[in-house]
Amino acid sequence: MKLTLKVWRQKNNKAAGQFETYNVEANEHMSFLEMMDVLNEQLIDDKKEPVSFEHDCREGICGTCNMVINGQAHGPQKGTTTCQLHMRHFKEGDTITVEPWRATAFPVIKDLVVDRSSFDRIIQAGGYISVNTGQAVDGNAIPIEKDVALKAFDAATCIGCGACVSACPNGSAMLFTSAKVSHLGLLPQGEVEHSRRVINMVAQMDKEGFGMCSNVGACSAECPKEISLENIARMNREYFKAVLTSDVK
Amino acid sequence: MKLESKIPKGALDTKWNDYKSNVALVAPNNKRKIDVIIVGTGLAGASAAATLGELGYNVKAFTFHDSPRRAHSIAAQGGINAAKNYQNDGDSIHRLFYDTIKGGDYRSREANVHRLAEVSTQIIDQCVAQGVPFAREYGGLLENRSFGGVQVSRTFYARGQTGQQLLIGAYQALSRQISLGTVTMYNRHEMVDLVVIDGKARGIIARNLLTGKLERFSAHCVVLGTGGYGNVFYLSTNAMSCNVSAAWRSVKKGALMANPCFTQIHPTCIPQSGEYQSKLTLMSESLRNDGRVWVPKSQEDAQAIQKGKKTALDIPDSERDYFLERRYPAFGNLVPRDVASRAAKVECDKGLGVSPTGLAVFLDFSSAIERYGKSEAHSKGMNASKEQIIAMGTKIVEAKYGNLFEMYEKISGENPYVYPMKIYPAVHYTMGGLWVDYNLETNISGLFAMGEANFSDHGANRLGASALMQGLADGYFVLPYTIGTFLSKEISTPTISTNSPEFEQAEKASQERIEGLINVKGNQSVESFHRRLGKIMWDYCGMSRTTEGLKKGRQMIRELRAEFYKDVYVPGQSNDYNPELEKAYRVADFLEMGELMMLDALERNESCGGHFREEYQTPEGEAMRDDENYCFVSAWEWDDQNPILHKEDLIFENVELKTRSYK
Repeated sequence: MKLTLKVWRQKNNKAAGQFETYNVEANEHMSFLEMMDVLNEQLIDDKKEPVSFEHDCREGICGTCNMVINGQAHGPQKGTTTCQLHMRHFKEGDTITVEPWRATAFPVIKDLVVDRSSFDRIIQAGGYISVNTGQAVDGNAIPIEKDVALKAFDAATCIGCGACVSACPNGSAMLFTSAKVSHLGLLPQGEVEHSRRVINMVAQMDKEGFGMCSNVGACSAECPKEISLENIARMNREYFKAVLTSDVK
Repeated sequence: MKLESKIPKGALDTKWNDYKSNVALVAPNNKRKIDVIIVGTGLAGASAAATLGELGYNVKAFTFHDSPRRAHSIAAQGGINAAKNYQNDGDSIHRLFYDTIKGGDYRSREANVHRLAEVSTQIIDQCVAQGVPFAREYGGLLENRSFGGVQVSRTFYARGQTGQQLLIGAYQALSRQISLGTVTMYNRHEMVDLVVIDGKARGIIARNLLTGKLERFSAHCVVLGTGGYGNVFYLSTNAMSCNVSAAWRSVKKGALMANPCFTQIHPTCIPQSGEYQSKLTLMSESLRNDGRVWVPKSQEDAQAIQKGKKTALDIPDSERDYFLERRYPAFGNLVPRDVASRAAKVECDKGLGVSPTGLAVFLDFSSAIERYGKSEAHSKGMNASKEQIIAMGTKIVEAKYGNLFEMYEKISGENPYVYPMKIYPAVHYTMGGLWVDYNLETNISGLFAMGEANFSDHGANRLGASALMQGLADGYFVLPYTIGTFLSKEISTPTISTNSPEFEQAEKASQERIEGLINVKGNQSVESFHRRLGKIMWDYCGMSRTTEGLKKGRQMIRELRAEFYKDVYVPGQSNDYNPELEKAYRVADFLEMGELMMLDALERNESCGGHFREEYQTPEGEAMRDDENYCFVSAWEWDDQNPILHKEDLIFENVELKTRSYK
């Protein structure tokens, strides 16, 4: 299939960016990134600079790849990362725009590559259970109801790609943060430091310059792991509870 | 060079405990003064960095990713083994040890493997405490499943995303240490050289991938958790940026590379669909718990399927050959990976393959769907119709493997609940790696290697769900003790300066090497060289190997390497963000590693585990080991012309060497 690509090119964080138009020949079995590989091979053959984009596992799990495709984070297919999107979802003659994540808290590094280290700092603020190696009790000493474990799991499947932030008109990181708060807070192991966690993670999220949540829901709709909005509701509830009842400030 | 494994004396099952009671310790006040560099933040690297940080060392951790949560450990699907015997099915530390030794075709060290089995149980406890959401029964207790090559259920899992959940657990523990200031994290920094001072590993040169600048980092010792080298094959289930460079740079500084030819070809991967393909995707081994592997009995049926005139559904049960069940009745579809892969290749070589390329076999869930459906109907007291049974069974299979089925459908475009999956073997894991002793220390003093980056635990073939186990065992429970053997002697060593001539020289050499690649200014892309290297490796050092082929392959790689340095084209600058340049220096190292693999495979005149030499097989086509002459670890010292082989004899005191049989 013959395609026209409009790709965001930006030399670095200081330079202004612009769309460049390229023609590329793909086939339906290719993944979107393999189609981008073809474009880059073409550019290298012409001794031009290839498009920088991030990717690694190409199995939809590492969370590295990040493209806004035709205005949607990770493209048109629901519950799918860019690397798992296949060209059979496009047709001959299509024009496809490709942009980096759009968010103030994710500054562009080059072309389609952005800096998502703000996510790491949110986790560092409290997205863990404080247990040193060797301190654990026997695994079966903490029975967890199957449904609770499943719910925690659903939240834990977040891959930290940042699509939620990019999709949100406010650039909010509520879905990402709340997924971690839910994953750990729902489990008995994480209960102990729950108040501290939610207060500190929310504070860090604000400090990083992410926007507020106004219940648009685009984050969940474009999340490749389909993390539920329920998590945001849970975090709001837990946050209020923690602020009102705990000594953590 | 005499290789000393430093295995402690005493009975096998008390060695590790005795060792721990007697190993030299570093006092807390001294730990604060000691710097440790850890390269790589996968399961091994992240767990070691977190644990050493908790212990009070000054840790500097490096990853070339944008975040320590991205390493390819994250893609591991099926599970992690532990000898908990929660299922009361006869499991024990000894049995896990024995299965691993046998599964590795008697080419690993008894003492290392036993230690691995011992600490396996602690790993599960630690991960649960961190909040890893393992699968649970209705009673709230942990659930298990089976993996290949064993007859007990000892695999703990978190849907088909076990690696992700374990890595996130380690990443969170690491993040906690970063926030406490015990670990300094260097994202987007890639190790490009090892710095050795007076025979000890004292630092690294890392390239800041954002600026392209080389930076110097010093420490009292250096730990590598940098993964395997499967991407030498270009197409593998590894992530795109997995590479051998950190290990290979160490080899260039004198470290030995052990058993490089031991590579694992995983039987259940989604077959290649075209030349443009950039990587292959694994379908978890756990699927063989419920999936049955088959090809049509007749070539006519196979051809009709290849041409798209028939589908699997058109072949009646009587016309199907469930070849693993036929050849290996005791283990059936759950034979180890090397055995299953070779069996699939044999059928495809007979022309019985089921994809347009003829390189695929079926993995079929219809029996499992029916079995689960019937059991569900029974438990609900229903007199269910066939459709109802299939619907209920499908639901159960979906609950077990849903994300894998979804991934298969996304990639192949076919619904695996209706049509059996098509699968074919692909490169997945490398058992070989840097030679280490019992302390996980390489032959360079102060240089340690963990996880897939070392060679020590899996012999010639790794059992499923054991890579996660080894990565976390090394990082959480082994290295934090064994590193004391070296560091306890370094407590009076002051902070290592980065202004020494050794650092200067290493930085200069790295700069020249990297500039050199840009300055070739040839006409062929890095990718095209990598693809050609991969094809040579697959054709001559893949699932079956011959003397002729290996000699030819080695020569071809040498020619390709010469061509690479004459005609590669690397766009952009060295002092800039430049992913093509990163690829170039990684492929340059693969071009040497590949040659060493060919040589190692050629030198090993036997078939064992993942190393199958056509000359050495039984009349039934099973691998023929030669314990008399090859019961050793090959540890190679690199030389551009003639690499030198050092041998460490493997001594088996507790296990009798037997022909490995799964029949």
